[in-house]
Amino acid sequence: MNGSVRHLLGIEDLPARDIVQFLDTAEVFFGVSTRRVRKVPTLRGKTVINLFFEASTRTRTSFEIAGKRLSADVVNISVSTSSVSKGETLLDTVKNLEAMHPDVIVVRHSASGAPHFIARHTRAGVVNAGDGLHEHPTQALLDAFTIRRAKGHLADLVVTISGDIAHSRVARSNALLLTRLGAKVRVCAPRTLLPADMEQYGVEVYDSLGPAVEGADVVMMLRIQHERLTEALIPSTREYARTFGLNRAMLARAKPDAIVMHPGPMNRGVEIDADVADGPRSVILDQVEAGVAVRMAVLYLLAAEAGQSPLA
Amino acid sequence: MRPRAAGVYRRAMTTATTQAARVVMDGSAVADALGRVAREIAARHPDGDALALVGVRRGGIPLAARLHGLLIDAGRAGVLVGTVDITLYRDDAATALPNPQIGRSEIPFEVEGRVVILVDDVLYTGRTTRAAIDAVMDYGRPRAIELAVLVDRGHRELPIQADYVGLRVETSRRERVEVRVDPGDASHAVVEVLGPAENTHSHGA
Repeated sequence: MNGSVRHLLGIEDLPARDIVQFLDTAEVFFGVSTRRVRKVPTLRGKTVINLFFEASTRTRTSFEIAGKRLSADVVNISVSTSSVSKGETLLDTVKNLEAMHPDVIVVRHSASGAPHFIARHTRAGVVNAGDGLHEHPTQALLDAFTIRRAKGHLADLVVTISGDIAHSRVARSNALLLTRLGAKVRVCAPRTLLPADMEQYGVEVYDSLGPAVEGADVVMMLRIQHERLTEALIPSTREYARTFGLNRAMLARAKPDAIVMHPGPMNRGVEIDADVADGPRSVILDQVEAGVAVRMAVLYLLAAEAGQSPLA
Repeated sequence: MRPRAAGVYRRAMTTATTQAARVVMDGSAVADALGRVAREIAARHPDGDALALVGVRRGGIPLAARLHGLLIDAGRAGVLVGTVDITLYRDDAATALPNPQIGRSEIPFEVEGRVVILVDDVLYTGRTTRAAIDAVMDYGRPRAIELAVLVDRGHRELPIQADYVGLRVETSRRERVEVRVDPGDASHAVVEVLGPAENTHSHGA
């Protein structure tokens, strides 16, 4: 990092060298979670604030465990208990947190760019834990980490990402990261859930799952949210499952050693069949395990930088 | 200034030509010292099955490997070997810049109940050893932890001492002790003391 990374706001501006640095550092922390004492004293006396304006039990928990395994003090602030519901502006919230001298602020917000705004108004390092339809960089890092552990490398792998591409910050961050590290990325969705400008990310676009899965090394399924039904973007979950669901027969079109991924939470029987999700090629729980190691690496690399430089 | 032993691996680029350097151990002296340390360990621990050597990254790793070989030759067949990286346990970890070059600790055995001998190249302030002790403890509760070093150069800042010492060297704090080991063969090693570049004739206390 050479002291250059103060925030992790997205994959878009992250050079391949820094991505690899995060992944390599995460390898070290992966081992910590399997020891008798699953904790290192590294960030003793540092404070991490999880500032979640959107509900997310699993991402928040993953960051919380990561911070605690580094011996940082972790505080969770969620929208339902914060003064945002009393009308406080985002800037006031940040100024109040800033006065408590946090070292890292982990932000999830429904508005794209909210973490960038916060980063401009705090000395703390800021981690984007998902902003609107924009990015979810730690998810992309943990997915890359999981793929690299399973396959040994990322370059030249064929990775198929299927689901609600138009509304998925996970798909966007993954497409950016995986193409940057030399993987061949295919995205797949019904036409109604495909953004028009997807080719700009250097990915191949499919509107049918079979050809998209053909010969793939990695098949990553994304959650279909039920509000897409009310928006009439998909006809029915049964129809979606029939044409875009990953079942055993569909998976047979991928490489014999292909792995199956899903960032969760899953809709079993919609985008993925239960016997595939629980099958021998599923690495879905490995992704959860990798999440803690990757977030430890991110907090470690950002925390020591934090508070050292003045406000921009 | 002095001949370099053939096959010696340089651990760091040095500007030895502009620094006062004295070789305190050549290849055969290092081999003799490691042989003596191995005999002392074997004498103190008749049961190799309860013993593990853990090299402190990075200087201790080739020395632990060499001692491991010597102990097996001495009939301590069950002795195990591992490595420990102390980056996450440094006492300045939370205030120093992050070190992106953290290495992995590899302790692929049960520490519980075993005698762990930490192996390092140079014992100086003792801070590295303190960190290594804490790191090993997080893998389990060893029966005992001992310390073997190739060089003890003094200037301790913590109450720590070595159980096995290859060589004690008088140094000043301004000097630097460098151990260069051929990773393929730790008997090809040389230990030298480098003076500060601006003061070429300062040799220790």
